[in-house]
Amino acid sequence: MAVMTYREALNLALREEMKRDPRVFVIGEEVGLYEGAYKVTQGLLKEFGPKRVVDTPIAESGFTGVGIGAAMVGLRPVVEMMTFNFALLALDQIVNSAAKMYYMSGGQYNVPIVIRGPGGPAHQLAAQHSQSMEVYFYHVPGLKVVRPSTPMDAKGLLKASIRDDNPVIFIESETLYAVKGEVPDDPDFVIPLGQAIVRREGRDVTVIAYMGMMYRAMEAAEELEKEGISVEIVDPRTLRPMDTATIIGSVRKTHRAVVVEAGAGFAGMGSEIATEITEEAFDDLDAPVERVTGENAPMPYARNLERAKTPSKERIMEAIRRVCYAERS
Amino acid sequence: MAVTKVVMPKLSEAMDTGKIIKWLKKEGDRVQGGDILAEIETDKADVEMEAFGAGVLRKILVGPGDRAPVGSLIAVIAEPNDDIASVIAGAASPAPAAGKPAAPASVPGATSDRSAAVPPQPRSEDPAARQPAPAKSPAGPGAGSGPQEIRREPAARPAAPVMAPVASVSHADGRIKASPLAKKVAAQRGVDLKVVQGSGPGGRIIRRDVEAATSAPAAAPAIARAMPSVTGPEYEDRPLTQIRATIAKRMPLSKAPVPHFYVTSEVVMDRAWELREELNALDGAPKISVNDLVIRACALALLQHPEVNASFQGDSVRVWHRAHIGIAVALEDGLITPVLRDCQAKSLSQIAVESRDLAERTRARKLKAHELSGATFSISNLGMFDVAEFSAIINPPEGAILAVGSVRRVPVADGDEVTVGRRMMLTISCDHRVMDGAMGARFLQTVKRYLEEPLRLLV
Repeated sequence: MAVMTYREALNLALREEMKRDPRVFVIGEEVGLYEGAYKVTQGLLKEFGPKRVVDTPIAESGFTGVGIGAAMVGLRPVVEMMTFNFALLALDQIVNSAAKMYYMSGGQYNVPIVIRGPGGPAHQLAAQHSQSMEVYFYHVPGLKVVRPSTPMDAKGLLKASIRDDNPVIFIESETLYAVKGEVPDDPDFVIPLGQAIVRREGRDVTVIAYMGMMYRAMEAAEELEKEGISVEIVDPRTLRPMDTATIIGSVRKTHRAVVVEAGAGFAGMGSEIATEITEEAFDDLDAPVERVTGENAPMPYARNLERAKTPSKERIMEAIRRVCYAERS
Repeated sequence: MAVTKVVMPKLSEAMDTGKIIKWLKKEGDRVQGGDILAEIETDKADVEMEAFGAGVLRKILVGPGDRAPVGSLIAVIAEPNDDIASVIAGAASPAPAAGKPAAPASVPGATSDRSAAVPPQPRSEDPAARQPAPAKSPAGPGAGSGPQEIRREPAARPAAPVMAPVASVSHADGRIKASPLAKKVAAQRGVDLKVVQGSGPGGRIIRRDVEAATSAPAAAPAIARAMPSVTGPEYEDRPLTQIRATIAKRMPLSKAPVPHFYVTSEVVMDRAWELREELNALDGAPKISVNDLVIRACALALLQHPEVNASFQGDSVRVWHRAHIGIAVALEDGLITPVLRDCQAKSLSQIAVESRDLAERTRARKLKAHELSGATFSISNLGMFDVAEFSAIINPPEGAILAVGSVRRVPVADGDEVTVGRRMMLTISCDHRVMDGAMGARFLQTVKRYLEEPLRLLV
């Protein structure tokens, strides 16, 4: 196993899949000559040439449509959004074409496309570039939605997404590109879509979190350990299809749950997971499921306000104490 | 359109007041005759109350959780433009029942928009206002309670042994707030949540409260060995449940004025037992219990001995020609005797199916009013509790009740040999004003013969 950054793991996954399958190509703004705004496509143009690493104009709807068309006729495009906030410009292509083509063509055309890029709050990217974009996509039948939190997941899940015959929304994070971790060398290592993982075992409460919030929950868990609260952390990894079995299994063990998400809470991932838990594990709950979410406001640019909008370690700890009926130490 | 007065229905003979569990229609809802208006708790069961008129449910006078005497006005159905003020004003405000003041909502004039004359009563106030505020940790910060203890020691609980048998905890709105897990654990361990003090937000009972309630007595023996004196309250006063109150009221009306006498007989149950096993081995046939055999035997015997199937009426004795048999069903908090009608006309399998259904609905409190009264004779069976024999109290106006013990395997003399046989004791309690010892004995003999020659039960 090699230790590499999240960015390198994504790059490796792309290279391996492009080598493995000549139908795989990369398309997007600055993916070729500039080697990616966040250097995820570094070296790909040199290695695979301009037919398989395609620079486009600044026109998300256009190049996403090109990708969908290519996928319909048998290629396996990986479309890069410079940031996922730009996918709003391609929303009609993604929602009305990619997600529904298989259904509306009566199964004649499937769309094996991956649309990837960074999303979620980062560092002072302000109101338009800090959004948790997954919420726009996991609501749509026909799309799979992936949020990989570690380098290993980044590689294993991107490869699984490229090999998947359905459109996959694959949202990375600016804040995680430099995170290092162990990544298997095996070119056939994939992590199947729809499998959650228990990141940390605990007895008293299940915290469900992904991406940056997963790391923040991990810090909260370490501190609460000192207070005698044993926190289990489940990372869904794939938001749709959601691995509810792993989440419910954990809640049945701990009897309490807290869901953390960076985006504003209303009708967010936390609402969905809280509902699943209530429906499936009501009799196992000793406390109502709590959500810790971003504030209901556009992301401010100011550093201090950005911090105030995003769930903090302290807010996560408070919610965990509440569901555990524990007094603050 | 006529104005329909909705009154507290009389749903059983013994019922004099009823409690509204909840209204299923709200003021302003349009209702049809036959719509279920409310659920009512009577002394015996929870019963659905139907609307007898159509229109709009204009006014509810007795709120959920409140009681009203039978026949008193509890709601008004009328058309939107009908004047109902006089109807409401005409109704005497419901008599205070069971020592509770009449519900404030029943004050006349409450229909008008200016009903501000009646200040809102704090009926379901914020529970936090009533529950004693959770005490903070008895010790101040840094006074010996290490951080690792925080979670294990419920902070909201005082140090005193509150979990010792406390009197029932009062809950502001009568509803017990408990987490789903706490309810599950309580059900598994047989803990009554009414006596558990909740330490969660707003007094919510959580798992550790239930666990503390069960583990506290377990710790007691160790203390008892060490010290001769036992701590904790000496007794608790539990309020009567509706059923218990009814039984307490009704039984002295039976045992004291009705001169009981008792006749006991032992029944050889070997053949009945075999027959039952054969019947129950039949594919697709309903399972027959011993009690079903007894019901069938009694139904046939009552036809032959109508003097036992009789009620004392002061200057006459009413002799029944049909066997409506009350079957006592034990509940957690009392006893209910639903009625299986016309048993004389029912086959064994019919009796088996219907009596099981009746018992299940009794436990679920889903009996209909007519299933609660009108028995001419009753059977009480404690066989499942390994009871050899007992005698029961007559449920007036019935003239007799049969107490059934367990079917026991006992040594019996067979010539000079001792073998094992199945035996069951039957004791009939009879109203001496209606019948004499010999009549009871003859009836019992007939029952015995049916059970000992059980093929008779099938023809």
